[in-house]
Amino acid sequence: MRIFANPNYDFIRWRWHALIASMTIMAIGFYVAAFRQGLPLGIEFTGGTAIVVEFVQPTDEGQVRAAIEPVAKDATVQRVGTDNKRIMIRLQQMEGQAAGTALEDDAKRVEQALNTAGLGQHTVISKDIVGAVVGSDLQRKGIWATITALGGILVYIALRFRFTFAVGAIAAVVHDILITLSMLAFFHYDLTLNVIAAILTITGYSVNDTIVVFDRVRENQRTMRREPLDKIVNSSVNQTMARTVITSGVTLLAVLALYIFGGDVLRGFAFTMVIGVITGTYSTVFIASSIAIILSRRTTPPATAQPQPKLRRA
Amino acid sequence: MYKNLRWKVITILAVLLIFGSLGLYPIIASRYGVKSPAWLMAYQLRLGLDLKGGLQLILQVQTNDAIKVEVESSAEQLRNALKDANVPVTAVQTDPAQAQFTIEGIPGPSESQFRTIADNQTGQSYDRDARGAGTHVFTMKPNILKQRREETVAQAIQTLERRVNELGVAEPWVGPYGSAGDQIMVELPGLKDPARAKEIMGKTAMLELKLVEAGPLPDEASLLQAQGGKLPADMETVRGVAATPGDTARPYYLVKKTAIINGNDLRNAKPTIDQYNQPAVSFTLSNEGSAKFGAATAANIGRQLAIILDDQIESAPVIQSAISREGQITGTFTAQEASDLALVLRSGALPASLTYQRSQEVGPTLGADSVKAGVMASIMGLTAVTLFMLMYYRLAGINAFVSIVMNLVILLGFMAYVGAVMTLPGIAGFILTIGMGVDSNVLIFERIREELATKKGIRQAVGAGFDRVFVTIIDTHVASLIAAAFLFQFGTGPIRGFATTLFFGLLSNVFTAVFVSRTLFEFVLSKKQAGATQLSI
Repeated sequence: MRIFANPNYDFIRWRWHALIASMTIMAIGFYVAAFRQGLPLGIEFTGGTAIVVEFVQPTDEGQVRAAIEPVAKDATVQRVGTDNKRIMIRLQQMEGQAAGTALEDDAKRVEQALNTAGLGQHTVISKDIVGAVVGSDLQRKGIWATITALGGILVYIALRFRFTFAVGAIAAVVHDILITLSMLAFFHYDLTLNVIAAILTITGYSVNDTIVVFDRVRENQRTMRREPLDKIVNSSVNQTMARTVITSGVTLLAVLALYIFGGDVLRGFAFTMVIGVITGTYSTVFIASSIAIILSRRTTPPATAQPQPKLRRA
Repeated sequence: MYKNLRWKVITILAVLLIFGSLGLYPIIASRYGVKSPAWLMAYQLRLGLDLKGGLQLILQVQTNDAIKVEVESSAEQLRNALKDANVPVTAVQTDPAQAQFTIEGIPGPSESQFRTIADNQTGQSYDRDARGAGTHVFTMKPNILKQRREETVAQAIQTLERRVNELGVAEPWVGPYGSAGDQIMVELPGLKDPARAKEIMGKTAMLELKLVEAGPLPDEASLLQAQGGKLPADMETVRGVAATPGDTARPYYLVKKTAIINGNDLRNAKPTIDQYNQPAVSFTLSNEGSAKFGAATAANIGRQLAIILDDQIESAPVIQSAISREGQITGTFTAQEASDLALVLRSGALPASLTYQRSQEVGPTLGADSVKAGVMASIMGLTAVTLFMLMYYRLAGINAFVSIVMNLVILLGFMAYVGAVMTLPGIAGFILTIGMGVDSNVLIFERIREELATKKGIRQAVGAGFDRVFVTIIDTHVASLIAAAFLFQFGTGPIRGFATTLFFGLLSNVFTAVFVSRTLFEFVLSKKQAGATQLSI
């Protein structure tokens, strides 16, 4: 079986369209996140309380919300799992209870309210209480991890390829991160520690994809010396097309399995991965190479575009 | 042509055997109850808190507490030394927040004598600053201050370890956390009663036995009336427990500042029943403690002795006779409280109080569900991937399947060997490892197809395919390893589990995708005739 036997698409022609399409998604994502509370931080980062309660009988979210309303006004009540028995209650941390035993007050109040509301038998199956100190610590570390990981990859690609390629690869990664964040905002996912881990994984995955193309470009530069860079890049993208699509498709199968069967705790993680795999493939084809070409033209015209000026002079 | 083939196959089988017996065998053996040597079973993969259920705490050590004690006792010691040398002092003030104390009112003629004594006593740990008019400020040296804080955290970790061990939880973990240097993480997998564990972790358990001068009285003012309304320098007031739980009226006692004995003098403590059939804690003293306690009780028969736990008087019994080795702490305890108190007394006092920064409880059912979901997702992912590879690459798909499964076996074995913990994100790491294995295989297969299209012989095509792609595989893996390394650096708990699996998965993938898969090809090719032109790919 075979798909893309000797493909010869002109991807480079579509680079501006692709850039505009991506920017549009990012702009909408930014709007949703900034003005519609689209991308709330998880309690790991803000401090707060998350309790998962399992009822013996299927229980409605509304009932639970009503039961805890008097003690926890701004709580988010959300069903988890498929059997209508598990409910997650999340609360942001109140002012002035940064640490110590007061940290547990919210959880205690909620548990008490549930006990007295007559909702039927239930048990608390998980409880996570985060103080503000730990939260801001994790926030800082998350930002640092992303920046340093990107920096490390940038240095590696710059060493192995050329600097403009590294910039292209990083631009593709940043693109993927922003698109993924936009999608998370559209679909109302929280930015949790697990989601951050998934985003960092996408970073690796996206670079992976891009390097495969760049490696091919490097190889082709030896055999297609007379061709201009954009043509070399375009053939490289085409030559690796089958690999790109098959790998992404198969990896997508794996992360879809994770999304469908992996349970509630991993849902946000798996969703992020699904989006990341798709956008990672797209950015490899349309973003990374385009930016590498655009930058290479500006910075090193003689090395790559030698034949053209000669022709013009003649 | 493939003369090393036999050795390659043997290498692969040996690797499979070693990692399989470390990673897979203990899991299967324990599940089906196969009797196996203990050293091998010790390698069984450990499950993280999110999969096993349990309690994770992040605690902050209030190192200022320990600094305060240190500054106060240094000031007290210096005051006593000056008293012994007949150097008059008008005031001694402590400012624990600045790690400072001040001595005031040294008369001019005594100044040089004071300096000698002070520098002798405190010169090692404090900087002395003469402010004129007989006033001297002692500030703890910055390196000493830092050292004291580190010692306090290290000591707190030791104490918590002892307490955790007494709780009887399998595989507990206590260690430093975070970059600030004053946080501790405690992990108690499979714990049944988190509320009790938290209570035990957080108790400072500072035990002091002091003589009562007056009390109990309902308020502080009437207590001090007999002393002329002013608190004598060698005494302090301490509140007692409420007569009934929840009662806000707690009596006041006036007690001697210096304790006869404290928690450090204990050798053992255990729960018992007192003469009124109430739960109590009995303790045994060390030799040194017995001597001090025996002398003090003999000299003070008929007086009250305050049993102070964490700055609160639990009870104040009257000394009936001289006691030396054994004593009892009575109060209003439940049986559980008495046994927990005995536990914390045995494990020693914390050098400073602790505050909770994070508390994470996972119930065992949720953990078990997550394991099920994770295993299910892995199997479904692997099945889908394998079906596709068989359809698309025909027999070469078997190659991919073998190398991916072997990758997972090596990964499991490696994690078991280094004692890494399997977490839920770790399972996600497994699934991503499947994805990476596919990636490498697809890369190689596509390249072999390309080489075949240029009408090379199948052997040359396979060889060229692997050789050309090798550079790409190294590049992609190094870039991903960089990302995984930073993830590990930043990660805590579950995320770290993910980074670990990803890291080792990447490493073993280079071996399986390049070496194992190539050997399989060579094995198949060696069975073919020299001029064969057909390869199932």
